[in-house]
Amino acid sequence: MVKFLVQRIIGMAVTMFFVSIMVFIIMELPPGDYAERWAFRKFSGTGAQITEADLDNIRANFGLDRPAPERYFKWISGIVLHGDFGEAFAFQTSVNNVIGQKIWLTLAILFSTLIVTYLVAIPVGIYAAIRRGSAEDYALTVFSYLGFALPNFLLALVLLYISITVFDSSVGGLFSPEYADAPWSTAKALDLLSHLIIPSIILAWSATAFQLQTVRATMLDELNNLSVTAARARGVPEWKLLLKYPARLAINPVVSTMSFDANRIFSELPIVALVLGLPELGELLLKSYLDLDMFVAGAILLILTFMIVFMNFLSDIFLAILDPRVKLIEG
Amino acid sequence: MAKTKEMTNNNLLEVKDLKISFKTDEGIITAVDGIKFSVKRGQTLGIVGESGSGKSVSTWSIMRLLPKNSIIDKKSSIKFQQKSGKVVEITKFKSNSRELREIRGGEVALIFQEPMSSFSPVYTIGNQIMEAVLQHRDVTKEEAQEIAIDMLDRVGISNPAQRFKQYPFELSGGMRQRAMIAVALSMNPSLLIADEPTTSLDVTIQAQILELMNELQEELGMSIIFITHNLGVIAQVADEIEVMYLGKILERGTTNDIIHEPQHPYTQALLKAIPRLDTIGERLTAISGDIPSPLSRPIGCPFYTRCEKVMPGICDVKMPEPTQLSDTHTVYCFLYEEKNV
Amino acid sequence: MTTTDLSTQEVQAPITQMESEEAQRYYSASQFQLIWWRFRKHRLARTGALILLTMALVGLFAEFVGPYSGITRVSEAVLVAPQAPQFCNDDGCSLRPFLPGITSERNTETLRMETKIDPSVRRDIYFFVEGEEYKLLGMFKMNTHLFGVEEGSIHLLGTDSLGRDIFSRTLLATRTSLSIGIIGVIIAFVLALVIGGVAGYFGGGLDYAIQRLTEIVRVIPVIPLYMGLAAAFPKEWSSTQVYFAMTLVLALVGWPTLARRIRGKLLSLRGEDYVIAASLAGAGPSRIIGRHLLPAFMSYIIVDLVISFPFMLLSETALSFVGLGLRPPTVSWGVLLQDAQTVRAIEQAPWLFIPALFVIVAVLSFTVLGDGLRDAADPYQVSG
Repeated sequence: MVKFLVQRIIGMAVTMFFVSIMVFIIMELPPGDYAERWAFRKFSGTGAQITEADLDNIRANFGLDRPAPERYFKWISGIVLHGDFGEAFAFQTSVNNVIGQKIWLTLAILFSTLIVTYLVAIPVGIYAAIRRGSAEDYALTVFSYLGFALPNFLLALVLLYISITVFDSSVGGLFSPEYADAPWSTAKALDLLSHLIIPSIILAWSATAFQLQTVRATMLDELNNLSVTAARARGVPEWKLLLKYPARLAINPVVSTMSFDANRIFSELPIVALVLGLPELGELLLKSYLDLDMFVAGAILLILTFMIVFMNFLSDIFLAILDPRVKLIEG
Repeated sequence: MAKTKEMTNNNLLEVKDLKISFKTDEGIITAVDGIKFSVKRGQTLGIVGESGSGKSVSTWSIMRLLPKNSIIDKKSSIKFQQKSGKVVEITKFKSNSRELREIRGGEVALIFQEPMSSFSPVYTIGNQIMEAVLQHRDVTKEEAQEIAIDMLDRVGISNPAQRFKQYPFELSGGMRQRAMIAVALSMNPSLLIADEPTTSLDVTIQAQILELMNELQEELGMSIIFITHNLGVIAQVADEIEVMYLGKILERGTTNDIIHEPQHPYTQALLKAIPRLDTIGERLTAISGDIPSPLSRPIGCPFYTRCEKVMPGICDVKMPEPTQLSDTHTVYCFLYEEKNV
Repeated sequence: MTTTDLSTQEVQAPITQMESEEAQRYYSASQFQLIWWRFRKHRLARTGALILLTMALVGLFAEFVGPYSGITRVSEAVLVAPQAPQFCNDDGCSLRPFLPGITSERNTETLRMETKIDPSVRRDIYFFVEGEEYKLLGMFKMNTHLFGVEEGSIHLLGTDSLGRDIFSRTLLATRTSLSIGIIGVIIAFVLALVIGGVAGYFGGGLDYAIQRLTEIVRVIPVIPLYMGLAAAFPKEWSSTQVYFAMTLVLALVGWPTLARRIRGKLLSLRGEDYVIAASLAGAGPSRIIGRHLLPAFMSYIIVDLVISFPFMLLSETALSFVGLGLRPPTVSWGVLLQDAQTVRAIEQAPWLFIPALFVIVAVLSFTVLGDGLRDAADPYQVSG
């Protein structure tokens, strides 16, 4: 097990290394240079005259005159050694300050979405497989198709509209106004939870559609498995049999694709967050792309990807626990 | 044990007029067409047939394990005498009823051709044996574990306490088949259905498993239905043999009757296809042609399309009636019916 | 109870032996004939294909089908709701469809221009009317439109806040969005085939690099990755430059995954018994590739391409929606939906969401078409 863990952690580090290079390339892509944008942000409206010499100074300050590999090394070592993601010029503060507690809100959204996804997809997928060919099964297939096809921002707008017109309350944001700046308390946590419901449903929508089909397909395969007939031939009651044999195995592909779900959720997060006004990393990522505040964007992209890679690591561990065959192959 | 009038000849199981069809997209297909057989206490009935002959379907129906699209004809009867002495009609049970679950495993157990896929890969061997024991015997978990380990020992698995904790994929093919037998026997059934239990094994392992089954039968006094396509295997274990073809029984008799005095052209052809020590040098003859599709089942004797002794105008008109050749030997063939006439 | 092994082993296997002429026809048919036969039976996939074909044609001839150009503003028709052609009004019925008139008045309180429907006016709809000049397929100067009205204006799907006809704009957007997806997929596919094929053939360093690259592309959240690349488009780029840059971005993110799948499929096919048998029988590499690998491979690739479309469409829409993709004056589904970002839009002008319906229908069509093709592409599998 220790060997297994070490292998996985090394694999994770290698992947993150390549990811960081990719992210750095994206950060370097926008035309014009960082110094100009920084100076423009800082001095626009102040009436100060910026000379080319000033810009050169700024460049030297930020080390922008250094070659790209050196800048990459400085950037990544700052993150790895000091947890320092650089400066967010649009906010005139450090990236760490800007991102700060949004990481936890993002994680809260991720996990509440995953929970909603699995709570729906697993039991419903199992049910659909058992009732294959029934009206419910067809209805669920239609739902799955819609899950693939419906753009999530549209769903977000519709739910927002319904909540405003029917329930006369806004589902936007993550906190009610009275808690937004309040210190953490049980009441604030509950308030956050209640605000997580709608975003989680929206983000879980397509992930659920995918996983539901996965669970249903695996379940159908497993129902045909001889081991199920064997258990039935032992006189095991039908419901116990379904839960113990096919349903238990139908969970494995869900566990092994947890990181894909996280990827899908983060993929949709910026746009849903924009519509619902959620103050978390996705929305900030979108803003910083639009502002070309690439240190913030790079940091967020790196953090989101790390969360996905870590989810992959977790699912490897869960799978090794769930399926005894895994350990044998991996040694 | 209380004897009931309904069961004759010390029979444990009596199957009559068994007809099983399947609803499919292509129409209704009859897999088993009005067959009759019985199993005596402590004896082994062998059922021989090629794939598609309906041998598995007819025996799985004893446990009502057939898929949802199967239809057991209303006239069919499967009578079984339980350990309590009560005779039950299995075709009358509701699917998934408690009575049926008691029969499954507790009275009739089943072992399969594929020991690998008949175990779930994610539970230990021990877990799956204990599940069976706890389902049918009123014992505590500790006792169930003891029974399970003891049973693994009895089927010849070395180091049973350790095997108990292992997963199916950690065992060899022969070991897994032994474990499968252990699962079946741990429920203490009075009838064991062995569906091609040795087909996927090496010849040497095959012999070991057959020997084990013979030993265990003597020890536990249970009855066995042994299904195979291999007449050579069945000769080693069966007391009586039924030869099936395309959902019908063509010949029935003691092992001696069938192996040494086969009467039906099909049985004779099957025997000619087996390599034997006493016929070394002779050519093996295969049966020509394919089994017809159940969708276009031949009218009359099902075998006439491939039969060397086919009598046009007779065999392709109606199914022959049974001809009693001796007390034990029955054949369904016009060759013998004619002689009687 | 459900189907068990029994049903497949003992019952289904003999069924596949079909009888008579039909069976003869079946066994002697070529692979693509078989695919085609199976595909024709798939009603849903056929419908999907039909819808997409219609969309493509309508998009191709958008200027002809739509009564207005994408930028024409009708100042007296701002935020007009969709109008359905009618055959009857208070004055009676006619065979020629017509629309009620639109008038605009300045609201004396809010001082905003407000449009009103005037049922007393009747605007007859004519077919093949002359209207704004355009170049069909960018080549032929024309001014005939499929339909139109002689006086006033016609807005089947309503207008936006600048008085532009949503019907005409949505047709133009259909062309943009579909073509961006198609070009994106094709570029991705060519890249994948060339690089994936080379990597699969030579192995070694390049193969390793591709494996790593696909891994990275698979873990970085896709839309944020697209956004990062799209954010780099210079502001001064023309809409044409942005359009082609978008197809490149879609292709660049799309190809590694495709390449990996092509590579994997090739490797598995190479190990198939019939391929080994062919090489044992003395077939040369060109015969093996042309005769055995490609046919098995093509159907797989086509299916793969079709099912990667929906994702391209949705990505483009999402990017343009948030302002990181295509920009006005280019119209795409995503650009049109920029007008519908707020709840107020739903309240005031829900018809601004009509382009979203096109997105949904297109994605659904591609999905069912892909499903149908996937089922059909495996002609030897038993039962559908």
